[in-house]
Amino acid sequence: MLLRIHNLQAGIEEKEILKGINLEIQPGEVHAIMGPNGSGKSTLASVLAGRQDYNVTGGSVTFNGKDLLELSPEARAAEGLFLSFQYPVEIPGLSTTNFIKTAVNEVRKYRGEEPLDAVAFLKMMKEKMALMEMDQAMLSRSLNEGFSGGEKKRNEIFQMAMLQPKLAILDETDSGLDIDAIRIVANGVNKLRSKDNAVLVITHYQRLLDYLVPDVIHVLYNGRIVKTGTKELALELEEKGYDFIKNEVNSL
Amino acid sequence: MNQTDYLKARFEQLQQEEPGGNLAAVRSKAFSAFERMGIPTVRNEEWKYTRISGLFNKEYTLAADIAALSSNDLTTYQLPAHEEANVLVFVNGIFAEQHSVIRSAGISIQLLELAAKNEYAPIVAAHFDHSSSYVNDGINALNTALLHGGIFVHVAKNKVIEHPVYIYHISDARNTPVLAQPRSLVYLSENTQLQLAETYITIGGSGSFTNQVMEVVVEKDAQLSYYKIQNDSADASQVNTTHIRQTGTSVVNVVTISLNGGIVRNNLHAVMEASHAEAHLYGLYFQQGNSHIDNHTVVDNVVPHCQSNELYKGILDNNATGVFNGKIFVRKDAQKTNAFQSNKNVLLSDAASVNTKPQLEIYADDVKCSHGCTVGSLDEEGLFYLQSRGIPYKAAIALLLQGFAMDILEKIRLEPIRAYVTELIAQRLTAESI
Ligand SMILES: Nc1ncnc2c1ncn2[C@@H]1O[C@H](COP(=O)(O)OP(=O)(O)O)[C@@H](O)[C@H]1O
Ligand SMILES: [Mg+2]
Repeated sequence: MLLRIHNLQAGIEEKEILKGINLEIQPGEVHAIMGPNGSGKSTLASVLAGRQDYNVTGGSVTFNGKDLLELSPEARAAEGLFLSFQYPVEIPGLSTTNFIKTAVNEVRKYRGEEPLDAVAFLKMMKEKMALMEMDQAMLSRSLNEGFSGGEKKRNEIFQMAMLQPKLAILDETDSGLDIDAIRIVANGVNKLRSKDNAVLVITHYQRLLDYLVPDVIHVLYNGRIVKTGTKELALELEEKGYDFIKNEVNSL
Repeated sequence: MNQTDYLKARFEQLQQEEPGGNLAAVRSKAFSAFERMGIPTVRNEEWKYTRISGLFNKEYTLAADIAALSSNDLTTYQLPAHEEANVLVFVNGIFAEQHSVIRSAGISIQLLELAAKNEYAPIVAAHFDHSSSYVNDGINALNTALLHGGIFVHVAKNKVIEHPVYIYHISDARNTPVLAQPRSLVYLSENTQLQLAETYITIGGSGSFTNQVMEVVVEKDAQLSYYKIQNDSADASQVNTTHIRQTGTSVVNVVTISLNGGIVRNNLHAVMEASHAEAHLYGLYFQQGNSHIDNHTVVDNVVPHCQSNELYKGILDNNATGVFNGKIFVRKDAQKTNAFQSNKNVLLSDAASVNTKPQLEIYADDVKCSHGCTVGSLDEEGLFYLQSRGIPYKAAIALLLQGFAMDILEKIRLEPIRAYVTELIAQRLTAESI
């Protein structure tokens, strides 16, 4: 088991947002989480990545055999968890190159590995840049500053490709992207996939799922996973909207 | 003898020993001004947040003799690429010719007292003490009143001075507290280029107070780059007045980096007296402990079509305090002025604080002036973003702050100096215990 979320409850200040999430992901799998806005999808992603604003009030998360909730955000990343942010943050004065080099080497340090030498780093960066169809100029600019929505999302997947996580959580990475950008993002994600790692993709749209072909689809509504199914569930949701789920849940 | 009597005795002695031509009269006028106004207190609006009067409870010694310092004492403090630079050394505020080196043709250096009497007399008469009309306090007057061992730097017409000029201010406080009052007048003739880098070092533990006045004249088609690095010890305080007159259409680029010191007050003035002149004033302060940094800037647009750009950024930690006061004057005739000003601050502790105030006085109607200031804490979103990529908390903070400082550091176009300052900041950030 790569990730095991058991009865996870979390909120912010007095507000209860996640009300008992259960989810298990095996290496090699692709899971999708869908669900109406405000359901708690980003909260789940943030709690997994270690954002301190949220209070975990109950439940447990095991990642790769470790108690994830005990780890700092940086340790989670070094253990192989990656979150592609729904809203990537702009960092003035820090180039993407400098940033990702620091990140790669800090993760290596955590694992007791030597830092990558300049040649190896450049080679890897060139390769991932080509994969994400990004150019050097973009990587020399301040991280995400003045980037278009699509550029920011491509940059997220570029970072993922550089860090080669065991579990990539993509929070609406496809939202606001045109079809070319979605293809590039999906390509990047598919390149990462192997029998050892997994992807958890949060999305509203079938288009990205066409590329990624999820094994399991979950519907998150009002802080709970209310439905789990195969990839056909996504098609049904796309056709009928979220209302039928809401009605089902509310009539219980 | 109390401090006032001591200063007065020194003034009278200098008047007798070094009349210095016309300078005697200027000195005399300045001493009256000092006696009238005294050391500024917080009742003076311009000194509201910066309390220097307490510093004068110490019994300072004004240097008369500077022989005690050996060249060996100095080597430890050299800036990078020192060997290729023109070097001017002041010891306890007095120009030390024996430690100074001029390599470039086109620059000449001499004591102000001499320049006031030789072929440069008209320049000295026209520009010396021009700063006093922009600062209304006794501390500026005190520097002028006790003028001794100041220098006149002349850059000859059409000379591009390739080697930068490094200016070292050494306070030798090994035996007594030192009051240093360096004074200089720098004249860039038409079509010249000059790069200055300046630094302050206090040796010994008795403490120092530096009261510097630097006046600069920039003629037509001249370019001045001026990098000031303030990274002295916690018991070294200073009032640092840099008064720049752009008498011709010229470009001035000043970067003030303040990393340490007791109480540091900078007055930086760009007086734009020729159309299409450009002034770029940048500052970066990163203060810890109980240090205090005060940047007072004045951009005076006297004529039309001048452009100024001002960006000051600050990081304050522990109990450090900061002040930014940015005056922009646009005189009645200065139509089409384009003046930009911004001050951004990050406070790293609850006890740190900053007072920031833009002060625009605009008497022309067709101008573009903008100003803004921000005071905030570290960007939590950014911090989490970096951490989520595996970068540890402390390193993430360092990257964020380095990023914050970056656009100022980039303005240092003298590569060894930029690398030096960048490294000082990186070291500070690694040592930082946030
Ligand atoms: N930082 C926050 N502060 C206050 N409320 C929040 C915060 N983050 C999320 N919420 C609330 O929690 C609920 C779930 O939000 P979110 O996880 O962003 O949903 P989703 O990603 O599914 O659209 C919403 O009602 C939202 O307003
Ligand atoms: Mg969301």
